[in-house]
Amino acid sequence: MNESATAVGTDAPTAGRYAGLSVGAWRWIGALALIVLAVVLPFGLSKYHVFELTLVMIYAIAVLGLNILTGYNGQISLGHGAFFAAGAYTAAILMHYYGVPYWATVPPAALICFVLGVLFGLPALRFEGPYLALVTLAMALAMPQLLKYFDNWTGGQQGINLIKPLPPAGLGIDRDRWLYLVVLAVLLVAMRIAANMLHGRTGRALVAIRDHPIAAAAMGIHTARYKTLAFGTSTLFTGVAGALAAIVVGYVSPEGYSLFLSISFLVGSAVGGIATIGGAIVGGLFIQFVPNLANDISDAAPGAVYGLAMLLFMYAMPRGVVGSFGPWIARSMRQIAQHRAGFRSK
Amino acid sequence: MTMKQTLAWGLATAGLVLASGLAFAAGQYGPGATDTEIKIGNTEAYSGPASAYGAIGKAETAYFNMINEQGGINGRKINFISRDDGYSPPKTVEVVRKLVEEDQVLFIFNPLGTPPNTAIQGYLNDNKVPQLFVATGADKWNDPKHFPWTMGYQPSYRIEARIYGRYILKNLPNAKIAVLYQNDDFGKDYLIGLREGLGDKADKLIIATQTYETTDPTVDSQIVSLQGSGADVLLTAAIPKFAAQAIRKVYDIGWKPTHFMTNVSSSVGAVFKPAGPEKGIGIISAAYGKDPTDPQWKDAPDFKEWLAWMKKYNASGNIADANNVYGYGVSYFLVQVLKACGDNLTRENVMKQAANIHGLTGPMALPGITISTSPTDYAPIKQMQLEKFDGNTWQLFGEVISGGSGS
Amino acid sequence: MHQLLQQIFSGLSAGAIYASLALALVMIYRATDLVNFAQGEMAMFSTYIAWTLVNAGLPFWGAFIITLVVSFLGGMAIERVIIRPVENAPVLAAVVVTIGLALIFNSLAGWIYSYTVQDFQSPFPDRPVLGALITTRDLGVIGVTLVMLALLFAFFRFTATGLAMRAAAQNPASARLCGIRVGRMLAIGWGLAAAIGAAAGIMVAPVLFLDPNMMGGVLVYAFAGALLGGITSPVGAVIGGLIVGVTENLVGTYLIASQLKLTVAFALIILVLVFRPNGLFGTAIVRRV
Repeated sequence: MNESATAVGTDAPTAGRYAGLSVGAWRWIGALALIVLAVVLPFGLSKYHVFELTLVMIYAIAVLGLNILTGYNGQISLGHGAFFAAGAYTAAILMHYYGVPYWATVPPAALICFVLGVLFGLPALRFEGPYLALVTLAMALAMPQLLKYFDNWTGGQQGINLIKPLPPAGLGIDRDRWLYLVVLAVLLVAMRIAANMLHGRTGRALVAIRDHPIAAAAMGIHTARYKTLAFGTSTLFTGVAGALAAIVVGYVSPEGYSLFLSISFLVGSAVGGIATIGGAIVGGLFIQFVPNLANDISDAAPGAVYGLAMLLFMYAMPRGVVGSFGPWIARSMRQIAQHRAGFRSK
Repeated sequence: MTMKQTLAWGLATAGLVLASGLAFAAGQYGPGATDTEIKIGNTEAYSGPASAYGAIGKAETAYFNMINEQGGINGRKINFISRDDGYSPPKTVEVVRKLVEEDQVLFIFNPLGTPPNTAIQGYLNDNKVPQLFVATGADKWNDPKHFPWTMGYQPSYRIEARIYGRYILKNLPNAKIAVLYQNDDFGKDYLIGLREGLGDKADKLIIATQTYETTDPTVDSQIVSLQGSGADVLLTAAIPKFAAQAIRKVYDIGWKPTHFMTNVSSSVGAVFKPAGPEKGIGIISAAYGKDPTDPQWKDAPDFKEWLAWMKKYNASGNIADANNVYGYGVSYFLVQVLKACGDNLTRENVMKQAANIHGLTGPMALPGITISTSPTDYAPIKQMQLEKFDGNTWQLFGEVISGGSGS
Repeated sequence: MHQLLQQIFSGLSAGAIYASLALALVMIYRATDLVNFAQGEMAMFSTYIAWTLVNAGLPFWGAFIITLVVSFLGGMAIERVIIRPVENAPVLAAVVVTIGLALIFNSLAGWIYSYTVQDFQSPFPDRPVLGALITTRDLGVIGVTLVMLALLFAFFRFTATGLAMRAAAQNPASARLCGIRVGRMLAIGWGLAAAIGAAAGIMVAPVLFLDPNMMGGVLVYAFAGALLGGITSPVGAVIGGLIVGVTENLVGTYLIASQLKLTVAFALIILVLVFRPNGLFGTAIVRRV
């Protein structure tokens, strides 16, 4: 029964009701269903696949951080691998030298990476475009050197071996599934925080600074503060992802945080949709699975297959998967709403 | 129960016992091993900055293809699954978990790199999966007490550097030593080994060190800097590209130190020829295998066999690439171990046979160098031979030196 | 003192390598407003083509010319086929495409030519000059770089095509109204950059030794040099590249912790950029609301 008086051609996709529930309600149900699915999924998969999906979610959190900075605020970063490493080593050092339990290492990692991000964000205010790319590139290159140099803390080339955490007794699930659920919880919290931030006033300010920096400043938006905040928040997310990665993989060493990691984050971000939240998950899936697939397709030149995949994704969906499909879905739902409203009013 | 039922049960039970007895006779199997197949897992760097080592994986694949064509091992074909980890330890963990849990391989063979192997050592030992003949020269793989499932293969970098250190103590007691090393576990191990070989004279004799990253374009600046220190002995712990640059720069600036070169970069064809053979005269190295581009082995029967294998099974491989000799040699060793297992292809037995080798001579080994292991000695190759480059070939000199930890 | 001079000259030689690739980066940026992350790998691949020709028996300069022409055409083809689909897409899409391109070239080179280091003879003899401070080969590299710089400078300043290219990059819509075929300008820009890169690679291979990962590190330093000099200025690119080379060498020599050479060198470069955010010779981008 259609009781809403929406005219044909309205813009809001929230017009119209479907089976008694508004579109907004359907969105909630959909999200809830996905979450339930995500929670139940690991119990139907082998331990290895659970491990893989855990890595996907970790990369998604890292890419989400990059989306905040590069997507919503327009500051390019080729150096997020360095912050991923910072988070990882914070967790590893706390666990290895100070016996801190694994779950308690995540907040310090977040704090330290936030502070680092703000510290780097301040000078980064001076730079734009390729210059900013160079500065962040320098971070990505310097990090492995610094990690190797301060080997009293970091274990240098040998790295730090970590004991994998045990799930709480009495829950009756194994380590892999427990860590999956922990990471899932962090991912959901991260997405919620990002959504609140980006769909509200802060997000609008960031986007304004990205698209029209002069106009934004003229309107009274404190550009420097928001840009620095964006940097710090972004590195916070990626640092948390790094800490989780250290816990899940159980080993940190400088070789794991090369320039290639930073570039992978950027590519994942672009493939998923740079200014989206859901795109981060697509980015995580891309980073995790496409290189493996490339290896299966060609063991002679896997890099070429991976590079080709990047090209094809960018041709087909230059705004990323969620960036391209998101508007398409919204448009389709609008058309459906219009069509129904129009049909009913006959 | 009726008579008939009892009889039926009796026959069924007897049949079961007989069948399992037959199964026993046919072979004991761990995961990945059957009557017709042995599944082996391997991780290699096929992408990224270490991708030059991918040639090892390709050589091993080619060797196992040859074995399969010749009938396999005790009638079983080798199913060799080699995957790329890009020399990134988190990726190695993922790839190895897939090999063990999804592909269900019998063991992991010759995984490449110290950080990747460190990352998977705990997992493999916890799950009792053999980590056989790791492709790295680090010292720590010879520790059967703490890691009974992990075994090394080649002489460690430290053993080699210790040999240089002792040579210097004996022949150049007042040396002023400079060291150029790659800024990672490989390079650092040379510095540590050299210091061990020099004993308490280390601080006095080593007067300068310089490092480089694999992302650096050249090491020319480092060489100039080391010359400026006044050193008359140089140890270069660098991979082939940078070793060639170093050899050339040392010559170009007119520096004439006693120059020690890591075995990793001792290939005539891949390092000395590009650098300019006359620039490398007098360089000292240590080796355990024959350099395929060294003309003195041209007529050796094992070299000819290797060359024939390269042409038939590994045609895309580069003859000057020492990785192809390495892969050939370690695969041969594995095949002997698997043959010794017979029909008992459990993980335990594979480990047991690997730790039970006595005086095996591998193809392309230098004369006098053999492979030996025991339950307390997980270092298959411990011997090396010093050699000096004369502009054309490596002249072996001295005796085969055995370097154990502490000897 | 002798050590200092030697390091400076060593730095100039290395810097000339960075400068030559930086020229290619500047070329692409002026023509298309894009940083081409595949520049180094394209140069490396072109060098392998030259190497193949030389091994097949061609004289050096013949192989050089042919490789430059092939690279020019290849660069144009890449622009037409691979870059054009994302020309109107967000900048990040184009960046990712160049990253993918870099991976493809690197992987293909490794597959076709293997990762063993190859020998590439320089046309310039390798005689030490100025008391072993520098060799004639290194002087050759510097010389060729300066020649390319001069040609590029003249091209942009004094030729009609160069002017048209600058117009097409700055304001494509207006350029079209003037009758400039913007698409063709872009393609020519890429072609020229590829040719410059090829020349850089061929000059550099005898020094660095040819292998698929030859240009990876060089690209990073070339990028730094180009930005230090000003990404829009060819002269700046060369000077920037030379400065980066000398800085890197001096830092490595005189810094106590030589393992942090790369970190410190980059920190110094960034410090300079903080005071001159558009590079030493770059023009500030004026934004109008």
